[in-house]
Amino acid sequence: MLHYLLKRLASLGLSLVVASLVIFLTLEVVPGDPAAYMLGINAQEDTLAALRDELGLNGSVAERYLSWAGGLLVGDFGTSYTYRTPVAEMIGERLWVSLPLALYALALSTLIAFPAGIWAASRRGSAVDVGVMGITQLGVAIPNFWFAMLMVLIFAINLRWFSAGGFVGWDAGFGAALKSLTLPAVALALPQASILARVMRSSLLDTLSEDFIRTARAKGLSRGQALRRHALRNALIPVLTIIGMQFSFLLAGAIIIENVFFLPGLGRLVFQSISARDLIVVESVVMLLVFAVIVVNFLVDLTYAIVDPRLRGRR
Amino acid sequence: MRNLWLGGLLTAVFAGMAVLSFLWTPYDPTVLDIANKIKAPTLAHPLGTDHFGRDILSMIMVGARTSIAVALVAVGIGMALGVPLGLMAAARKGSLWDEVIMRGNDLVFAFPSLLIAIMITAVFGASALNAIIAIGIFNIPVFARLTRSGALSLWSREYVMAARVAGKGAARISVEHILPNVANLLIVQGTIQFSLGILAEAGLSYVGLGAQPPTASWGRMLADSQTMISFAPHMALFPGLAILLTVLGLNLMGDGLRDLFDPKLRRARS
Amino acid sequence: MSLLQIEDLNLSIHGTPVLQDVSLSIAPGQILGVIGESGSGKSMTAFAAMQLLPNGTVCSGRITLAGQDVLNMSEPELCQMRGRDVGMVFQEPMTALNPIRTIGDQVAETILIHERVSKKEALARAAEALTRAELPQDRFPLSRYPFELSGGQRQRVVIAMAIALRPKLLIADEPTTALDVTTQAQILSLLKRLVIEDQMGLMLISHDLAVVADLADDIAIMQKGRVVEAGPAATLFQTMQHPYSKALLAASAHHPDRLAEPQEQPLLTVRDVVREYRLHSNGWLGGTTTLRAVKGVSFDIKRGESLGLVGESGCGKSTLTRAILGLEPVQGGQILLDGEPVFDAKGTNRSIRRRMQVVFQDPYGSFNPRWKVRRLIAEPMYLLDQPPKGQALQDAMVEAMENVGLTADDLDKYIHEFSGGQRQRIAIARALIIKPDLIILDEAVSALDVSVRAQVLDLLADLSDRYGLTYLFISHDLSVVRSITDRVLVMQAGEIVEQGETETVFDAPQHPYTQQLIAAAPALPATDPSAELPKT
Repeated sequence: MLHYLLKRLASLGLSLVVASLVIFLTLEVVPGDPAAYMLGINAQEDTLAALRDELGLNGSVAERYLSWAGGLLVGDFGTSYTYRTPVAEMIGERLWVSLPLALYALALSTLIAFPAGIWAASRRGSAVDVGVMGITQLGVAIPNFWFAMLMVLIFAINLRWFSAGGFVGWDAGFGAALKSLTLPAVALALPQASILARVMRSSLLDTLSEDFIRTARAKGLSRGQALRRHALRNALIPVLTIIGMQFSFLLAGAIIIENVFFLPGLGRLVFQSISARDLIVVESVVMLLVFAVIVVNFLVDLTYAIVDPRLRGRR
Repeated sequence: MRNLWLGGLLTAVFAGMAVLSFLWTPYDPTVLDIANKIKAPTLAHPLGTDHFGRDILSMIMVGARTSIAVALVAVGIGMALGVPLGLMAAARKGSLWDEVIMRGNDLVFAFPSLLIAIMITAVFGASALNAIIAIGIFNIPVFARLTRSGALSLWSREYVMAARVAGKGAARISVEHILPNVANLLIVQGTIQFSLGILAEAGLSYVGLGAQPPTASWGRMLADSQTMISFAPHMALFPGLAILLTVLGLNLMGDGLRDLFDPKLRRARS
Repeated sequence: MSLLQIEDLNLSIHGTPVLQDVSLSIAPGQILGVIGESGSGKSMTAFAAMQLLPNGTVCSGRITLAGQDVLNMSEPELCQMRGRDVGMVFQEPMTALNPIRTIGDQVAETILIHERVSKKEALARAAEALTRAELPQDRFPLSRYPFELSGGQRQRVVIAMAIALRPKLLIADEPTTALDVTTQAQILSLLKRLVIEDQMGLMLISHDLAVVADLADDIAIMQKGRVVEAGPAATLFQTMQHPYSKALLAASAHHPDRLAEPQEQPLLTVRDVVREYRLHSNGWLGGTTTLRAVKGVSFDIKRGESLGLVGESGCGKSTLTRAILGLEPVQGGQILLDGEPVFDAKGTNRSIRRRMQVVFQDPYGSFNPRWKVRRLIAEPMYLLDQPPKGQALQDAMVEAMENVGLTADDLDKYIHEFSGGQRQRIAIARALIIKPDLIILDEAVSALDVSVRAQVLDLLADLSDRYGLTYLFISHDLSVVRSITDRVLVMQAGEIVEQGETETVFDAPQHPYTQQLIAAAPALPATDPSAELPKT
C-alpha cells in the first residue's frame, strides 16, 4: 500500500511539473514578448521596459520559469497587470464561488446517477430501464448552457422561484447562497449525471454477468443480495474513473455556466482577463484548474486501492 | 437496429442541411433586415428572425456547417495522431516508449478542451481554428488510449503470434492485423467524439472562444439570444434544439453501431 | 431412496430445445459422472437442478431433491435450498470468486445467509470448512484475497464454500478442466473424501471420460441434450450399446498409426538454452528483478521424429517454444536447425525461420477474423524471398487445403464459417504451405472435443508419413503425447527433468516428478481397439 502511494505521489509530482511547464511555455514563451503583447502595438518603449521589469521578463526562460514555479509553491501567483492586485487574492475570492459550484454539481450528479443506474441495471429491459436510458440519452445530448438558459426562462423568469443570475455571497447565509447556486449546479449536473448513470448501469450489468455472481447465487443469495454484496463494489471501479474525469468537465463547464448566470467565479475572471490581455491572471487560473484536475485524479487512484485489494499488492 | 436508423436519420438531416446551405438557404443569413427583427415563427420565416431580422432557419443551416466541420476535423486530428500512438504503445508494451506515450496522454487529459482553448485564445485571439485545435488535441489521448487497450488484447491473440512466426514485424502486424480489428471500436468512439465535438464547439462559441462573426454558429446564436430570452424565447429554442438533435442523432448512431459490431450482442440476437 | 431424481426433464431456451427427456438419479454417498462433449447439455442439466437458468428458459418434467419438488418451488424457497441442500463447484476457479473480498468472508457468507449466527461464529466455521478443503489456516488465513492464491487453491475455496453447510448434494461442473494434471488429481481425491465423510451425493460433470471413470459409481453419457447411455461405472464400459458412447470411448483411447521411422541425424539442436525476463516490478522508477523461465535446456530432435514436451502450466514450455521459433532472443546457449543458428548477428535468421512452422491451441483465436482463408494460409509465404504468384500460389494453396481434407472452395470463406476441428485443419494447412521441416504443435489438440481430436491426430500422423515431417508436440495432456510421439521430454520449473523413449518413460518413469505426473493422470479402463471412430 505504501509502495502504491509513493508511486502515485511521484507520478503526481511529475504531472504537475510537466503541466506547469506546458502552461508557462504556451503563455509566456510562445507570444514572444509578453509585455509587448499585453500592452498592444502602440506601447511606448519605456512603459514596455517598466512592465518587463515588473513581470521579471529580463532573465532567461529557465530563470523565469523557476521563479514563477517557486512563487506558485508558496502561493504567490504574481500581480495582475490590469487590476494591480495580487492574483492570489483575486483567485481566492472567486474560488469561493467556483469550487462550491463544482462540488455541488458533483454531489447532485452522483446522487442522481447512482440510484438511477442501479435501478435500471437491476431491472434490465423493464419500463424503468427503458425510461432511464431514454432520459439519459437526452441528458447526454443537451448542451448544459442551453439547458441553463431554459431553466432561467422557466424557473426564474416565468415561475420566479429563483433569481435569474448573480450570487448573493456566503455572507447572506448558507441557505441563500446555496439557493443562488442551485440552478447553475443543476444545469452542470444533469448531463454529467446522465453519463454517470449510463456508465453505472453498463458496469453493473457487466459485473452481474461475471462468474462470481453465479457462485454467489449458488450459495443461496437472491438476485438483489448478489447485486448488493458482490456486484456493486466491483462495478464501482470504472464508475470512479468517470467521476474523476467528470470533475475536470465540471470545472470547465462551470466556467461556461458562470457566464449564463453572471456568477463572479473563475470563469468570469478568466474571460475578462483574456479581453484585457492579462496573461498573468490567465496563466494562474489555468494552472489552478489543471492542478485541481490532476489532484482529483490522484485521489481517484487512491480510492481504487481502497476498493480493489489487488492494487495494494501481495503480502 | 432502431437506434441506428433513428440516429442515422437525424444525423443525415443535419448533414443534409449543412450541404444544402452551400447551394441554397431561404434567406441570406448575413443580410440584416431591421424591419423584420425578432419575429416569432411565421410562414415566411418558419423559425422566426433574430434581433437583426436575420432568418433563423438559414442561420441554423449555415451553423450546421460550422459545427460539423469543426467537430469532424477535430475527430480527424484525434484519430490521425492518437491511433498511431496507441498502436505504437501497444506494439512496445511495457517499454519506455509505451510509458512516455501513456504519461503524455494522462497529461493532455488534465487539460479539458476549454482550458486549451483559453490558452490558445489568450495568445492568438479567438477563431474557429482555435476551437478545432483545442478539441482536436483533447481527442488525441481518447483515441490513443482506446487503440492501445484494444490493440493490447489483440497482441496476445494467436493469429498475431502466427504473423510473427511468418516473420512479420511489429509495424506490419499493426497495420495488417491490429488496425482492421480495432476499426469497429474506433468508428463507434469516432461518432461519440464527433457528438462531443459539436457540444464543445457550441460551448466555445457561446463564450466567444470559437467561431467569430460573420461565421454563423449555433453557440453564438445562443449567446446572442440570451439577453432576449424573456421576450424572444424562439431565438434560444431553435439553435439549442439543433444542437440537441444532432448530438442525440450521433449518440444513437454510435450505440447502434456498437450493437451491430459487438459479436457478443450479435450472437445473443441470432 | 435417491437424493436427486430427475425425470423426463425437457428444457428449452427461447424456444430452442436444449434438453430432451433427461432422467438421472443420485443416491446419498454416491458419485454420478455425467459425460458429454461441448453442447451436450451436461452443464445445463446441473443448472436446472439448481434452477440457476438464463432468462427465457422453460423446464418441464420433474426434479426432486431430498423430497422437494424443485420445479414448483418459489424463488425464496430456491434461495433457501441453494447452498444449504445443494452446493456447486464451477469450471473456472480464476473467475469464480469475487476478486475484492477475502476468502474467509466469501466462505462465511454461505453460513450467514442461511443461519442466524454471529459473524464471528460464521468465520470460525468458515475456517473449519477451508481446513476440510485442505487449506489449513496457518498457511491460508481467512484474510487472504483470491488473487493471492493459485487456481487449484481457489478451487478449494469454492469447494469450501459449497460444503460449508454440509449439503446433501454437491454438483461439480468440470471442476478440474482448468487445472494441471497433478492439481486435478488432488482436487478429485478431495471431492471423493468429502463424499465419503459427509455421505453426500456428487454429480461430477466432465468432458473427460478418464476423469469420471476413475471416480464415479454411476455414469451417464449425454449427447445433443439426451442421455444416450447410463449405468454403473463398473460394468458400463463393457456393456455400452449406443454407437456414440462406443465411439467416444474409442476416440478417448485412440492411437494413431505412424509408419515413418526417425533418422539418426538431428534436425533441431537445443544446447544450454537460458531464457530470462527482466521484470519492471515497480514501473520504470523502481528496480528490476530477473525471472529465469528456461534454465539451461538441451535436447535434439531427429529428422522425421515426433518429440513430445510435457509439463504443467508455468514450467517454461511456451517460453522455450517462442525461443525455438526465433520470436524472442535467448540469454544463453544455442538453438540450431540443421546446424545453422536460429539467431544470427542481425537477430532472427529468416532462412532458418522459414523451415519451422507452428500450430497453436486455440482454434478461435488463431486466425484474423477479417481475412479470408486464402489470405490466412498464405501468410507464411512472407518468409520466402520470392513468394509464388498467380497460378503457382493458387496451386500451393489448393494443395495445402487438400492435404488437410478441405477443398479449394473453402479458400474464399471466412474463418467463422468453420468448426473448431476444421479451423485446426486450416491452421495445419497454414503451417504446411511453405513445406517446413519442423512443425511445432503447441497444445494443438487440447481445445478439441475428444472425437475431433482423434481425427486431427490421425491427420498429423498421416502427414508426417507422407512428407517426412518432424514434430515437436507440446502438451499438458499425457495421453495425447503418449499416442503420437516417439520420444518425450518432461519439463519442470524451466528444466528438463527426464527424457527418453515415450513408452519407456511412461512405463518406467525415473524422475519423481514424472512419476507424480503419470500417477496423477486419469486412466481409462481397457477397451476394444477395433471400435470405429465417429464421423463428423
